Amino acid sequence: MKFLSIIFASLLFVLNPVLAQESKARKIPASELKTLDGKTFHTENFSNNGKPIFISFWATWCSPCKKELNAIAERYEEWQEQTGVKVIAISIDDARNTNKVGPYVNGRNWEFEVYLDTNQDFKRAMNVNNVPHSFLLNGNGEIVWQHNSYSDGDEIKIYELIKKLAAGEKIEE
Amino acid sequence: MKNKNAIFIPLKNSNLLCLSTFIFCAIFCSSSVFSQDKDVGSIHGNFQTDVQYYNVDTVIGAPIVPEKLLMNGFANIIYTKGNFNAGLRYESYMNALQGFDPGFKGNGIPFRYASYSLDGLDVTVGNFYEQFGTGLILRTYEERGLGYDNAFDGIRVKYSPLSGIYLKGIIGRQRLFFDYGPGIVRGIDGEIMLNELSEYFSEMKTRITVGASFVSKFQRDQDPIYNLPENVGSFGGRLNISRGKISLLSEYAYKINDPSAVNQYIYRHGEAMFLSASYSQKGLGIVIAAKRIDNMNFRSDRNATANNLNINFLPALTKQHVYNLAATLYPYATQFNGEMGIQGDLIYTIKKGTLLGGKYGTGLNINYSAVNNIHTVPLDDLNEKRIGYTSDFFTPGDEVFFRDFNVELTKKISKRIKMNLMYVNFVYNMEVVQGLGGKGTVYADVAIADISFKLSDKSSIRTELQSLTTKQDLGNWATGILEYTYSPSWFVAVMDQYNYGNTNPDQRIHYVTGSVGYTKKANRFMLTYGRQRAGIFCIGGVCRNVPASNGLTLTITSSF
Repeated sequence: MKFLSIIFASLLFVLNPVLAQESKARKIPASELKTLDGKTFHTENFSNNGKPIFISFWATWCSPCKKELNAIAERYEEWQEQTGVKVIAISIDDARNTNKVGPYVNGRNWEFEVYLDTNQDFKRAMNVNNVPHSFLLNGNGEIVWQHNSYSDGDEIKIYELIKKLAAGEKIEE
Repeated sequence: MKNKNAIFIPLKNSNLLCLSTFIFCAIFCSSSVFSQDKDVGSIHGNFQTDVQYYNVDTVIGAPIVPEKLLMNGFANIIYTKGNFNAGLRYESYMNALQGFDPGFKGNGIPFRYASYSLDGLDVTVGNFYEQFGTGLILRTYEERGLGYDNAFDGIRVKYSPLSGIYLKGIIGRQRLFFDYGPGIVRGIDGEIMLNELSEYFSEMKTRITVGASFVSKFQRDQDPIYNLPENVGSFGGRLNISRGKISLLSEYAYKINDPSAVNQYIYRHGEAMFLSASYSQKGLGIVIAAKRIDNMNFRSDRNATANNLNINFLPALTKQHVYNLAATLYPYATQFNGEMGIQGDLIYTIKKGTLLGGKYGTGLNINYSAVNNIHTVPLDDLNEKRIGYTSDFFTPGDEVFFRDFNVELTKKISKRIKMNLMYVNFVYNMEVVQGLGGKGTVYADVAIADISFKLSDKSSIRTELQSLTTKQDLGNWATGILEYTYSPSWFVAVMDQYNYGNTNPDQRIHYVTGSVGYTKKANRFMLTYGRQRAGIFCIGGVCRNVPASNGLTLTITSSF
């Protein structure tokens, strides 16, 4: 028991100044991804010129993930025209399926930025339990909303939030 | 206080000391950081728990659970401040759910680390996951749903001396439940991205990456009979080339003799090769791939079996199915001792406004994979050199392990109706893949219709109808699923799996489950009640057997 107390005491100690601080929105943690043509990409470099970013974790073997991204793909042109939003799709496929990601993305005409998180380092850094899991970033690159799972129609809700962010409004929920 | 039930933190005393030191260091680091500026960093994490209450159900052969209630729980807590990260994972199994290895028992912190990066140097101490290339000689990862975690505890250094050159070195021991495996693993990896080296190369349309790695494990030889290698080295090389729409991946790995429980202690070397080519343009994607594995089981304990202490990762070169009957009855798992396989995959979007494309376009996916054994010539030297056999690199054997031909159509019929249709044909060597002598080979056809109706902007109904027909094993199955979702929070589903073709009329059982789920942002709650069929649950080609069960399951996942 002594051991556990040490941990909790330590945690409280570490947490204390963090919690005392006014809740400051979290930015994207540093991690490495690969682009579809094999380049190394650092997650600190996600940017969209002050416009919102939508990040979705998915896999080629995950039906709801593909439904979500296909539903967004149908509307992406309109979303971009109206709000300037950028959609980033992070594939957590491992070596079994990584070589299918590019052909799938092209085959389904996705215009998103797509990255590979082959050993799921970025997924862990973002505290994703399971896919689909998505995040909304405001113009300052701060994570302002996240959501786990996908049901038909979620894209409508997501778009409402993106419109708010694009208009500079805060998301309060 | 002396705790006799050492399951509490079964990390040994020395580790305990390390951990405390580590935490105090973390505090010390962060507090000195706090005094410097106002950015105190952030704490975030996630949580998951699965709790199951088990009913007695002798009809489906559900094992008796004396505890009646079992629970798996996890929480990750990560502290980030600029380039510094520290984190830990608390795990709790009281006791582990049915189907998980009973080695997971009690509570503990099997995962904790600190890392920082500065000027191209990245240092991690404590636990970490790592992958060299595609993982043919080294990959550690976690798959919570499978109880799979072969994380290292040790030190990792990554350094990029020049743009385009990436070096990594690791040393560590691997996690085995709440303990460590006996072996020490050392590895180095280098990768050169030609196009990042200079401006001249960056203009090139052809993109080239070359990489090489060396991994070695050390484990004492205490065997009374055999003279076993204490240091086992392996090396691998890879070359990836892409130009425009075409991309080629290749990787080869070699391992010196490594007698183990999995290969019946033969002294033959091991080899693995993976090749893949793809072509893709808007609306079309094609992938063809080939693989050969020969005696490539590689673990940091030569006596380990099951999913324990794997150093490398050899995924199956077959489609990862998602629909229930196709995914959980006859999934293929890589045969470490030898297999040769090929796979082809075509993804095509039939254009809008054409006869087959209709108003919205139609998605088509055709996939084929075939896996056989490797051709071997036995050496009959088991009492002398124990090399075991010879094998020609390019010759497949005659024994069929697996065939899978499948076609999937994705079609939006109207603004409200979407449909997925799928046909699968399996040939599944149950004797080899599941190691069940006398089970022979299963030939099965699977048909699936997945239709969703949008009732309003927020609510929709989805139904899945699946049929699996076979004359072998358990005979025919039918599955029906009805699901109602109300975006973005609710779902309710009922599923029935009916083994109507079982040759034993008493076993023609309905496995009915009902589930309710509620999601609010990053919190998710799910309740499931009913009978669950025994099956093989796989993620990424690693599988675990889940026994039949009857009961109530609560799952909570959350991120913060």
